[in-house]
Amino acid sequence: MTLTSLSTDSLKADEASEQSALKSRRRTRPKRSSDDDSELSGKRGGSRVVVIIGLVLFAVYSIGPAWWLIVSSTKTKEDLYTTDAMWFANFSLFDNLTSLFTYQDGIFGTWMWNSTLYAFAGSIGHTVVSMAAGYGLAMYSFRGRGTTMGFIIGSFLIPGALLTIPSYLLFVQMGLYDTIWAMIIPAFFSPFAVYLAKIYAEGAVPSELLEAARIDGAGEYRIFFQISSRLMTTAGATIFLLHFVGSWNSFFGPMVFLRGDDKWPVMLGLYSWLQRGTDSTVDLTGLVITGSLVATIPMVILMVAMQRYWRSGVAMGSLK
Amino acid sequence: MSSTTQVRESRGGRTKGPARQSRTKGSTASPLLSWRSMQRIKGASFTWPFVIGFAVFTLLPVVVGLAQSLYTSKTSGLGFGAATVSFAGFDNFARGLADPVFWESMLRVSIYAVVIVPVTQVVSLLLALLIDAVQRRVANKFRLILLVPYMIPGIVATMIWIYLYSPVVGPLTPVLNFFGLDVNFFSGSMIWVSIGNLNVWGSIGFNMLILYGALQAVPREIFDAARVDGASEVRIALSIKVPYVQASLVLTGLLSIIGTLQIFSEPTLFRSISPETITKDFTPSMVIFNQAFQVGNLNYAAAQSIILAAVVGIASVIIYRLTNKVES
Repeated sequence: MTLTSLSTDSLKADEASEQSALKSRRRTRPKRSSDDDSELSGKRGGSRVVVIIGLVLFAVYSIGPAWWLIVSSTKTKEDLYTTDAMWFANFSLFDNLTSLFTYQDGIFGTWMWNSTLYAFAGSIGHTVVSMAAGYGLAMYSFRGRGTTMGFIIGSFLIPGALLTIPSYLLFVQMGLYDTIWAMIIPAFFSPFAVYLAKIYAEGAVPSELLEAARIDGAGEYRIFFQISSRLMTTAGATIFLLHFVGSWNSFFGPMVFLRGDDKWPVMLGLYSWLQRGTDSTVDLTGLVITGSLVATIPMVILMVAMQRYWRSGVAMGSLK
Repeated sequence: MSSTTQVRESRGGRTKGPARQSRTKGSTASPLLSWRSMQRIKGASFTWPFVIGFAVFTLLPVVVGLAQSLYTSKTSGLGFGAATVSFAGFDNFARGLADPVFWESMLRVSIYAVVIVPVTQVVSLLLALLIDAVQRRVANKFRLILLVPYMIPGIVATMIWIYLYSPVVGPLTPVLNFFGLDVNFFSGSMIWVSIGNLNVWGSIGFNMLILYGALQAVPREIFDAARVDGASEVRIALSIKVPYVQASLVLTGLLSIIGTLQIFSEPTLFRSISPETITKDFTPSMVIFNQAFQVGNLNYAAAQSIILAAVVGIASVIIYRLTNKVES
């Protein structure tokens, strides 16, 4: 939580103070240590270069594959195999996009829409349910509260692999199998998100405020929707974002619970092309590459724009 | 309740309304206890949607899974006609515990996890130490670049690396050929290295963020004191910074071991490129998926899921115990 408040607001101030501190240090140090420190500072200069080289290497390693994806998605199918892999050739990004969105009657557009729908609908329900439950657990004492918390903590230990097969059987029984609801409704209920919301509510919603609101005649539900939920916006945004990203990236779930390709999210669709691209006469490599780029861009924009929220999610996660 | 009403009356000038007051009076008629318990019930009702959903989508599957694993279904003759379901006791578990294919995959993944998780940790720690050693201004610039892999969806990342490894479209094979190396990234001996590299690439940025956060919390005076005492920067990193972030290392390590034992999507994607190296039973999760949806034996798959969950649970407990012992 401290990370959240620190990261954007006081970063600039931090930097400024740090720089001035640095300047003053630079000014004072040579005077104080004239001869015996010179060897040390020389060593430090050397180790500084090593540090920067190390960071540059890591940066190249991190960004190289992303660079390759961007470059390759602008190439024609022929250039993909013949030209230098890390540099541009004939620019044909728009042709690639056209063939991506028109192949198989534009099924890629359907997949993108499905991913967006599952991510939005799932995340909204997920956030509302988790915030309400976390708030209830944090602010009220009632019978069964301890048991609920026990189940939530205990369920962290259940590996996903245990749930998949029985969930499949259950979804078939409930008529959820191979419908869009299989991707949306189960996403609402996450013990970890409830835990995050509870931890946050404990710190962000003062119980005196609730008492004051009650004295003023507000009902419990009204207090939640009009006052407390606003105090919990940061937690809500974090929970929303973490689930949105998780839903966009999900693969195993859709593979088990969806059959028809018109309901697939984009990740499963790309996988089906990757698989087909290797065992038939149609070469789908170009489409998979351009499709991967298109499917990644929304995530990168979202993550960069909402940095402070998932960073605070990291901080909250490490509390666990 | 009476006290509440008094407070309201004393500030009556500010709160508007006889209408509201009459409402409060109406509720004063009911006894004190029921008002409190009403509040409790309303408070509890915030959790009801979650509790119901949790029961249906988490607890019920666990029960169904346990029940399924105790039964067996057989189709008579050529697979036509209704299957007969019969109680089998622990037969599925006995079969699972003696299944060489299942345990081979478990061994494969365990070795991979034991190697790759510490490697990822060490690389992430190195990265966090490097970024902690430069000024905040420089660090911020690098940090966003280093987080690019974290922003790329896992499936896309796997595909990118599959193409980078590919001898046809990828740049790695020509570069290695130039140095006189002939490496097939999809061969049996290299496949885990290839997947491991992909895993390291995808997770060091995020791990670095957690460790960097922990490093920032170390009081800076300690470093100055150590420098005065003549400690080198490397020595400071190893003797002061690393012990400080040990708790975070344990956390990220535990989480990634649990995840790695259930690895599914990366090998599945690699399988579409080299099905001869990555068999359909390459990892435990793939065995279970195959058993459930290709073979169609859901009962046996449920039993295998429970065994996998037990192995994951035991592994986490052992690691947790070991690391606690080291710390104390």
